[in-house]
Amino acid sequence: MESLSLLADGLGTALTPENLMWAAIGVLLGTFVGVLPGIGPAMAVALLLPVTFGLEPTQAFIMFAGIYYGGMYGGSTTSILLNTPGESASVMTALEGNKMAKKGRAAQALATAAIGSFVAGTIGTLLVVFFAPALAGIAVEIGAPSYLAIMLMAMVLVTSVLGSSRLRGFIALFLGLTIGLVGLDLNTGQPRLSFDQPLLADRLDIVVVAVGIFALGEALWVAAHLRRRPLSVIPVGRPWMGRGDWSRSWKPWLRGTALGFPFGAVPAGGAETPTFLSYVLEKRLAKEGHEFGKGAIEGVAGPEAANNASAAGTFVPLLALGLPVTATATIMLAALQGYGIQPGPQLMTEHADLVWTLLASLLIGNTLLLVLNLPLAPLWAKLLRIPRPYLYAGILFFASLGAYTANQQPFDLFLLLVFGLLGLAMRRFGLPVLPLILGVILGPLMETKMREALSISGGEVSGLYNEPVAVVVYAVIVLLLVVPFVLGRLRRTPLSTSAPTPAAAAEAADSDKEQVR
Amino acid sequence: MTTTPDETVLIAFTPDEFGQAALAHGIVEARRRSARIVAVNATRGDALIDERHADDAEVAHLDAELAASGLEHEIRRPVAPDVAEAVLDAAEADGATVIVVGLRKRSPVGKLVLGSVAQRVLLGAGVPVLAVKP
Repeated sequence: MESLSLLADGLGTALTPENLMWAAIGVLLGTFVGVLPGIGPAMAVALLLPVTFGLEPTQAFIMFAGIYYGGMYGGSTTSILLNTPGESASVMTALEGNKMAKKGRAAQALATAAIGSFVAGTIGTLLVVFFAPALAGIAVEIGAPSYLAIMLMAMVLVTSVLGSSRLRGFIALFLGLTIGLVGLDLNTGQPRLSFDQPLLADRLDIVVVAVGIFALGEALWVAAHLRRRPLSVIPVGRPWMGRGDWSRSWKPWLRGTALGFPFGAVPAGGAETPTFLSYVLEKRLAKEGHEFGKGAIEGVAGPEAANNASAAGTFVPLLALGLPVTATATIMLAALQGYGIQPGPQLMTEHADLVWTLLASLLIGNTLLLVLNLPLAPLWAKLLRIPRPYLYAGILFFASLGAYTANQQPFDLFLLLVFGLLGLAMRRFGLPVLPLILGVILGPLMETKMREALSISGGEVSGLYNEPVAVVVYAVIVLLLVVPFVLGRLRRTPLSTSAPTPAAAAEAADSDKEQVR
Repeated sequence: MTTTPDETVLIAFTPDEFGQAALAHGIVEARRRSARIVAVNATRGDALIDERHADDAEVAHLDAELAASGLEHEIRRPVAPDVAEAVLDAAEADGATVIVVGLRKRSPVGKLVLGSVAQRVLLGAGVPVLAVKP
């Protein structure tokens, strides 16, 4: 119960008018970027990185948390009204949500998504409050070898579970790890991959890499696909639900939360899998003569709750271990490093005020989302009329400004262009962005842990696996890599036409996005 | 109806009251000239939603209305950087003898910010333009 009193303290800090303002800004901005397909919370947080270095860490994180949750909410609006999921986690929402909207039940679909997100987000955040300190308590005990193993596991999971192709995932991961190597070796001071450029020897600024990949890459990609036939949006009034909708929604909300949270908390890679599982579960549980495929409210309520619960769940590894599993969380971790705060198990004890204020502001942000967004839904739908050139001109302006102000070095603008072109190439060839950004940020941390483990053991390789936790984690990694491969082999013959997998659904989302752009 | 009409009425169509006005007057004009009708609904296609872009249902409705008039007709839906240019290009390509556009009311500030498609069609067209108000 100590956690609860700490949370109460955090609420006290978060409820000051100034912090409330940052939460509101974050929530509005997050919804804004979430509604527009192609622009996500990761890009918004990356663009804001340089801005927030002028803020207190607490305020910056309150805003980031708002953007993160707001982005999740905004994504569902676009899925329902336009049938274009802004992110892979909203694919399942679009399936039934858009059908509901076409039947004239857009208001109910939006309402169940919003209220479900609120319920799941609140329960999820409370679960973080209980799990994160406990996990951090255990994590403080583990040594460098186990830490290295856990980071490796997060990378393998994120790379192999997400996306349609493992090969593409690993290409992106190794690109990221290579980018993370550029600069002075932290132990010996030798320049690596710096091409005799003194400016490169200084290590790459994470702002430049993140803004280049997310903002410039996306802007170039959109510029290459500028003109598309406009879509027809379904007009909507203020979201509301009738008694029948409530009674059909509350169970899927809770089931979605139960599915989503563990998937976020275990570094198992994002919300795709739990939203898919929730959809399948709701479809199974639906009574005879169900509406699935024709706009069932359960099919919106469950996946949306799972989506937000898993978003909340990702705060467990982020806060307790310093391990991010989504693109947005990765950039938030980079922001922490920008403040000179070392992410990891000691974060909970050394920066307790920051952590508890952040958790409290997640709860507040969630409430703000519900209060602001239910009446504002028609307004958000209007955002979709903004011509892309105006939108992306603004993004490019802030991207260049951010990249330049990070070090006030014109060379950084050149680097921004290089990473922008890399981002464009990745989108063109279907490489996922998350493994890359994870490699850039976790790579150096992982190297530090590996060096630490090796120097403790005096250079003996056995120093990398002389802890029981490390051995177990390595075993899990091997299982993760081998089992799907073996299963794929076994299954190839009889069950070739099975139900759609999350990967296939994500692919469908990708092709949907193609059409939009 | 044995010979193909040698005159063409081009209607700049939008799925709103202005487009409806243009359509109504365009049909009258086409009857008078015993001409065929080409309806053009252009979009810049650079926003996710363009309310002046007719979606499939609206195009089907337009097609039905044109068919009800009993005149020979075609519908074009170009995606082009400039809507006025797209209308003028279509007029040239189809050899239009008259262009029908709907005029919308604009405030002084609106004139400053937005370019009017109808105005640029009026100025740029090489054939008579029939400008109508709803």
